Amino acid sequence: MEERIVISGFGGQGIIALGKFIALTAMNSDKHVTYLPSYGAEVRGGTANCQIIISDEEIASPCIEDMDILIAMNQPSFDRFCGNVVTGGLIVVNTSLAAAKPGAVNIPATEIAVSLGEKKIANVVALGALLAREEFLSVKDIKDALPVVLKGRCEKILRLNVQALNAGLRNSE
Amino acid sequence: MKNKELVCGNIAFSEAAIRGGCRYYYGYPITPQNEVTSYMSSRMDEVGGVFLQAESEIASINMVFGAALTGARAMTSSSSPGISLMQEGISYLAACELPAVIANVMRGGPGLGNIAPAQSDYFQAVKGGGHGDYRLIVYAPSTVQEVVDYTYKSFSVAEKYRMQVMILMDGLLGQMMEPVVFPEMVEFKGIKSDWSITGCKGRAPRLVRSLFLGRGVLEDHNKKLQEKYKKAEETELKYETYKTEDAEVLLTSFGICARFCRKAVDLLREKGVAAGLFRPVTLWPFPGDKLFKVAENVKKIVCVEMNAGQMVEDVRLSVSNPEKVSFFGRTGGGIPSVSKIVEFAK
Repeated sequence: MEERIVISGFGGQGIIALGKFIALTAMNSDKHVTYLPSYGAEVRGGTANCQIIISDEEIASPCIEDMDILIAMNQPSFDRFCGNVVTGGLIVVNTSLAAAKPGAVNIPATEIAVSLGEKKIANVVALGALLAREEFLSVKDIKDALPVVLKGRCEKILRLNVQALNAGLRNSE
Repeated sequence: MKNKELVCGNIAFSEAAIRGGCRYYYGYPITPQNEVTSYMSSRMDEVGGVFLQAESEIASINMVFGAALTGARAMTSSSSPGISLMQEGISYLAACELPAVIANVMRGGPGLGNIAPAQSDYFQAVKGGGHGDYRLIVYAPSTVQEVVDYTYKSFSVAEKYRMQVMILMDGLLGQMMEPVVFPEMVEFKGIKSDWSITGCKGRAPRLVRSLFLGRGVLEDHNKKLQEKYKKAEETELKYETYKTEDAEVLLTSFGICARFCRKAVDLLREKGVAAGLFRPVTLWPFPGDKLFKVAENVKKIVCVEMNAGQMVEDVRLSVSNPEKVSFFGRTGGGIPSVSKIVEFAK
């Protein structure tokens, strides 16, 4: 099994944070994993994306040409990457900032995040929605990894992340 | 799978150096290796070491010179333009036979270039860079774990030959994260030597210099350098082969680019092309004799690099059939895609 995942959106949407979180969970689930961020002249409001490969076997190239999963947190991200999703692949669309797509996991992640009281948590809502459709990592492993990643942060942040994950799991269509 | 940590190449390099006994880091920030300076600024404090942000790369390498002179494990890191500035200092380190470790997280050049990953400093790393008849031991890791492993051992290798070791990475390897296992912390108390400058109370003063004006003195010194380079060439050679036993198409590549090629080998084999990969891990010493043997019966040799064709010159010099060697690469921060490599090689 090999999953090639691309997460893309505006800088500030937690694209890099979500990518690292997924990579860390994969590592803790005894998978091989590579994580590659776009880096450099990225600024808040600009574009940000990252590539994660999760595999049962050793990973050769960390660069993704065609992906199995795309998480598009805004319209420009969808437009840029949707052509590279393999047949049978999965697209998560943040319909708060991009047009819904038939067959995709459509979720108003930003609106749900705002209703939870924190716009920045839309990334975890999107992850929840993805997991509801395809459990490429177990929900249990994800939930176990949250306190590890958020170690040292206040209890409220952890609670918020769990709420966001659950909201995504419930609301995906 | 215990004790695994998810880190990027730059952090891997930094922590591995500390585990390897390095307690003196001097550097000047430059993308794409700023994680090194950032990490070292707090980590060196934790282990009782020295972190100093120098005023320039020229200052950094000369501070490494000063620390190495006292028998300490010292290092610096930078990216391409910064490494260019260090070349004079590296030449002096070589002349004075001071062990040191230098990381180059390559970016696009020439000039200030850009901040994208590149491999265009191969010539600079293995063919000199600075002036004079000297060599660096150059490791080109291709995974984050290899960054850890080769950085960790680089200090003892540098001391063994009183040479300078370069860890040649690129922006992609510096920025990407993979699970790694860090080795145990080395307890290093300073080199016991007859050359280091440690204060001469109770013994005769020592002199470390790179100026040899007397008739024939420099030639003798250089001969001595060449002898130890020869020894390093015989013992420190490292390379990796992948599916080369029955290969008809042989890819050669180093560093991160070799991982694209490894994937390309698998895809080519799925298409029925007997492909294989030869990857030098040490770029100097270059594993030319090994390559000669592996390449002897292949129909085609394709050298893939993230530059305009640099290692390909050493590949051509090494094999018995240089007319079979072709080059595929991208320059200026472009990354060759696996599909394009497959297309070119099939």
